[in-house]
Amino acid sequence: MAAQMTDAHRRFLQALMSNGITEGSEAKKLHQHCCETDKVYYAHDKLDDFISTINSHLQPLFMQIRKGISEDDGRAHYAVVNLAETEVTKMASDYTESELELFRKTMDLIILSENGFASSTDILNLADQLKTKKMKKKEAEQVLKVFVEDKWLSEKNGEYTLHTRCIIEMEQYILSNYQDVARKCNICHSLAIQSQGCESCGIGMHLPCVRKYFRGQTEPRCPECNEFWSCDTPGTKQGVSRMGSQT
Amino acid sequence: MSQRKRSKGLGCSQLLDGEDDSIPTQVERRSQEQLNQKVSELVQFLLVKDQKKIPIKRADILKNIIREYRDAYSEIIRRADRTLQEVFGLQLVEIDAKRHIYILINNLPCAEGEQLCRDKEKEKMGLLLVILSFIFMKGNSVKDSALWEFLHLLRVYPGKQHSVFGDVRKLVAEEFVRQKYLETTAIPLTDPPEFKYQWGPRAEKETSKKDVLNFVAKMQGKDPKFWASQYSEANKATT
Repeated sequence: MAAQMTDAHRRFLQALMSNGITEGSEAKKLHQHCCETDKVYYAHDKLDDFISTINSHLQPLFMQIRKGISEDDGRAHYAVVNLAETEVTKMASDYTESELELFRKTMDLIILSENGFASSTDILNLADQLKTKKMKKKEAEQVLKVFVEDKWLSEKNGEYTLHTRCIIEMEQYILSNYQDVARKCNICHSLAIQSQGCESCGIGMHLPCVRKYFRGQTEPRCPECNEFWSCDTPGTKQGVSRMGSQT
Repeated sequence: MSQRKRSKGLGCSQLLDGEDDSIPTQVERRSQEQLNQKVSELVQFLLVKDQKKIPIKRADILKNIIREYRDAYSEIIRRADRTLQEVFGLQLVEIDAKRHIYILINNLPCAEGEQLCRDKEKEKMGLLLVILSFIFMKGNSVKDSALWEFLHLLRVYPGKQHSVFGDVRKLVAEEFVRQKYLETTAIPLTDPPEFKYQWGPRAEKETSKKDVLNFVAKMQGKDPKFWASQYSEANKATT
């Protein structure tokens, strides 16, 4: 039995849609603001119920407010996603054919990479191989900037990865279209774009999941094959001591 | 999950034996599920179009969404509007009854300190509000030269790139006009041709003269009644 939508729910939904992606604590503040503005009963721990009510009304429209975890800081983020889409149709109205092609190829590079990043050099080299319309490097640089502004990509030290928003919106699409290549985190079982991997058995984990799982352990071992976890695990005692001496 | 409600006893379906099932005839009634599907698609379509604030033409709706369900057009539109209101607090409004052009407007009462817009949008809306105020206070119509003179006072120049708004002339003369916030018409018998700016139909729907007058009054620290003729006009137009 679905609860009724109130203006508070509608206001919240409008804000989420307009933001593109909303961080957890912002969402909580927004929940409070909406309930207070529209004089609706507010309880600070009822955000999930509040969102469920909205989702029950979005379901017939094949839309959903979905929660995803940032691969950078492990914090929750919310986005309104379209479940009916089978491609990058969400972006389709905002970009030209060649921009979309550049995005798809960038996404390929990112997903197929070891660490979930594609260098700007590699991406720009793709620009003049586009089938739709060749792009000059300058133009491609500009397009990448727009993708970052619109939160489809995020950039770190000249390398690009998928933004949390993109992962939340396109997780299903990526898992089905990159079935054999896309990694899932061994701990939380969600799609992992940036990940650390076990050198022996090849399983992968999100960095925030790594931090949580290996917290306080001096000798991190792979949860699957029990081999020594060879990557740097920041936050663990072992990680700290490794930082001091080069192995 | 939903029940398929196919109408029974329509002998005509046998006559159409061998014909492609996906091309319904006029006789075949639309099932609830099919209609719901179209309504969902239309709602999505409208939300996407409206994101850019581009008015939606009926022709586009018919071509892209309704297609062979033309006979159910008004039913689908009606349901889509109801869904938009109930779920999103938005309303489908026809701003041009002759050319059948729609926009979505926000039904929710505006809140103080609303952080709804993304920053870039918020600033554009700020500029727009200032322009709408100027037009209203000057008697609902201003010459474009007068508008730019006014904007000079805010350090916004048509020829110069603005750090926030970029190409301001493009923003005001093209984007705001395309979004139907402003309307521009040529002033007859002027050489070189001059233009005048007025409120566009979206501005009429999304804000009110009263709100705008209150904004001006707040900015200037005066009572709205200070501007007697604008005050009476603003209070008359309460649609």
